[in-house]
Amino acid sequence: MTGKQMSDQSQSAASPDDVPIAETGPVLAADGRPLKQSLNRALRRQKLRALMLIAPLLIFILITFIAPIADMLFRSVENQIVSDTLPRTVKELADWKPDDAELPPPAAFAALYTDLFIAAEEKAHTRLGSRLNYEATGVSSLFRKSGRRVDNLGEDYVDAITAADAGWKKPGPWAVLAETAGSALPRFADVWGEFARVAKVNDKDPAGEKPWELLFVSLAEDLRAGGAAAYDGPLKRELDQITQALVEVAPVDYQAALVEIDAGWADRTVWATIKTYAPRFTPGYFLNAADMHLGPDGIALKPENQRLYVMLFQRTLIMSLSITLATILLGYPVAWLLANLPMRISNLLMILVLLPFWTSLLVRTSAWKVLLQQQGVINDILVWIGLVADDNRLVLINNATGTIIAMTHILLPFMILPLYSVMQTIPPSYLRAAKSLGANNWTAFWRVYFPQSVPGIGAGSILVFILAIGYYITPELVGGTSGVFISNRIAYHISTSLNWGLAAALGAILLAAVLLLYWAYDRIVGIDNVKLG
Amino acid sequence: MKLKTTLFATSVLTVFGGAAVAQMANDMTIVSWGGAYQNSQIKAYVEPYQENNPGVSVVWDESSAEAVAKLRAQNEANNVTWDLVDVTAADAMRLCDEGLALEIDHDTALAPAPDGTPASEDFGDMIVSDCFIPQIAYSYTFGYRIDAAEWNGKEPTSICDVFDLEAFPGKRSLEKRPLNNVEWALICDGVPRDTVYDVLETEEGQARALAKLDTIKDSVIWWSAGADTPQWLADGEVVFGSTYNGRLFSLIVEQNQPVNMMWDSQAYDLDGWIVPAGLPEDRLARVMDFLYFATDTQRLADQAKYISYGPARKSSAPLVSTHAELGIEMAPHMPTNPDNAKNAFVINYEWWADYRDDLDAKFQSWLAQ
Repeated sequence: MTGKQMSDQSQSAASPDDVPIAETGPVLAADGRPLKQSLNRALRRQKLRALMLIAPLLIFILITFIAPIADMLFRSVENQIVSDTLPRTVKELADWKPDDAELPPPAAFAALYTDLFIAAEEKAHTRLGSRLNYEATGVSSLFRKSGRRVDNLGEDYVDAITAADAGWKKPGPWAVLAETAGSALPRFADVWGEFARVAKVNDKDPAGEKPWELLFVSLAEDLRAGGAAAYDGPLKRELDQITQALVEVAPVDYQAALVEIDAGWADRTVWATIKTYAPRFTPGYFLNAADMHLGPDGIALKPENQRLYVMLFQRTLIMSLSITLATILLGYPVAWLLANLPMRISNLLMILVLLPFWTSLLVRTSAWKVLLQQQGVINDILVWIGLVADDNRLVLINNATGTIIAMTHILLPFMILPLYSVMQTIPPSYLRAAKSLGANNWTAFWRVYFPQSVPGIGAGSILVFILAIGYYITPELVGGTSGVFISNRIAYHISTSLNWGLAAALGAILLAAVLLLYWAYDRIVGIDNVKLG
Repeated sequence: MKLKTTLFATSVLTVFGGAAVAQMANDMTIVSWGGAYQNSQIKAYVEPYQENNPGVSVVWDESSAEAVAKLRAQNEANNVTWDLVDVTAADAMRLCDEGLALEIDHDTALAPAPDGTPASEDFGDMIVSDCFIPQIAYSYTFGYRIDAAEWNGKEPTSICDVFDLEAFPGKRSLEKRPLNNVEWALICDGVPRDTVYDVLETEEGQARALAKLDTIKDSVIWWSAGADTPQWLADGEVVFGSTYNGRLFSLIVEQNQPVNMMWDSQAYDLDGWIVPAGLPEDRLARVMDFLYFATDTQRLADQAKYISYGPARKSSAPLVSTHAELGIEMAPHMPTNPDNAKNAFVINYEWWADYRDDLDAKFQSWLAQ
């Protein structure tokens, strides 16, 4: 009973509905509150209780289903790795334009050396290499190789400093220097911060760790810039001594040194790729998923010989629709028989429908291989009865046909079961009544029976279509090249190429497509028209 | 009173049990490929190890095919449940790149050869990554039906016969990924073996490889599971097919099918162990103890009794004996056997690490056309 009806009744039980009610004050409940308010309160308590009852399930679904999916989908835009691994380089590249004819300024190379050294200590450089390799082929080995050899780059500085005082080989003076450096030695302080952080991650005390070569280099660079004059601490004499020694040493040319490690660093496209993918979030994966590429010059369609995903999305949709249609055509008569045959026979039929349902998916798929292949059972029979020539056997598997046949079979129970349960609720007397009123068999079926079974078709279609669109094991096994779905590429990127960002973008698009179709279905057919029984 | 003694006994047990756990864990989760290969590992070193160390239990996880992805997920969730993972060399390299695998000092962690040669020399070039402990060399190679009617008794002898539809008509099966296929295509397009990867680096070289594959595309069935080619060969669905040499061995020798092996231009690949990074000390100690035993010269030679993959140690080769059940000599069936290895090429993992994504996109797009 709604609040309005209730207030109507309390007004005057006898007054008919169509007579407008005279404006009076709010109706009060027994405790003096307005009736509407106290009713709402009662309802709210009820709703809260209902919510509490489903809370365990809701929380369970949120934690084990929604949150992981959201986390996975988030990877499709996430791109922290570049700016986290190469923070100084990214900063130095801010003013550099990828379309410049020149390489980035020397400061960028120096920053890259620092970043790369730290990343190599943390073994993060190869991970970044694989990430950027998705965008520019060859970056993976560039980072791997550079990370391996980057610690030989500042040898001259190390030699000069340890020659001035062998004590610098030990951790001792570095920790003292770190405490007293203040703002006099900015590069050193920065590197020491990283050094201490990496040591702490490994549960070590930075004051007892063997100093990185990078510490020597950063100190040398600071002293070259006149850092010893600004420093005022216990090691002043030692620093002056090093400054003296460094006069003899040629400054490190980071650009030349990095290019010598790998000529790739003289390639502007590598730098352009780093700059393009420096932001913390990127549309790159989604563009990839739409056969486009985000390059330094902006967004462009990929070359024709690399386009794949749009075609696969189309194929997935079209084939899933065909499979849904096929299950309707095959499932409808079976469901009708199930619903209308005598109990004993229909139970037997029901077992036949359910038996494959209980059999392993892989077993059923493999069975189809045996049946459909060119030297398989079906072709053998066709050749034997003379319908097909022996040298011209039908190609029924390892193509789209194979996928449609196998998946139609596998998904058939999902169509039959909802259809059956809806058909069971249609009284047989309706058909008899139609016939007794003069309808022929077809009219009686089409005008009376079929419209009542439409909710079953709707439920079955949604089930089958949504299952089909995400299928991947069956297309993988029987689909050859023309019968694979977008989910096969998603699986490939998750488990083989490890490009989880692209997999997440493809998955997000697939999810959006399903939701869109569901919405369209709701608008056209109406989701209330779906019945599972 | 009785209850008290039981309680006391239990607590003593717990104390001692706990002490043992702190040194070496008693459970190991080993990840492998399942099937005949995993069986050879069980027979050759896991069971002998358990005999020497009663009380150690081993749980198998047959996830090697998705090892990199799963280990990455475990690592992100901070819950690495695997102790030892069997992976291909390329995957080992990627796990090392991602920081998911432990770097190993091969000389201290592994047993030297019986004559005292340190492990790193005994394994030699097989150590393709600092994290990788090689076990076996296997190869991708071709098998063919010996009863193909249209071939008029001819037998293929060269990789280029795969591309020769006139002399050797019929369906072929190739793997549904570019690895090996593009190399074979270029070799048969006249590119010298030692420059294959240089040519493949260029756009023209890649187009050339795909163009060569185009000539047989209509006669190819693409496989993605290792069992496909053996089944298709056995059923006569294909007359020619590439797969792992061990699968062909079991098809030819163990199941006696009318199929022969063609070793020409077999593509070598390696398989071995990696230890996940970040294992707690007790589990790490157990794994390293097991590894020392499981990768010594005799154990690797023993494995060859059960499967026709070549042991990764040089010192194991002379010890390879006969098949455990069939009693035949295993050496002639090894991909590393000098007769078989004449024209072999070694997959360049470093190159593939760079070009896999790029070439795969082109290959899949080509397949879909």
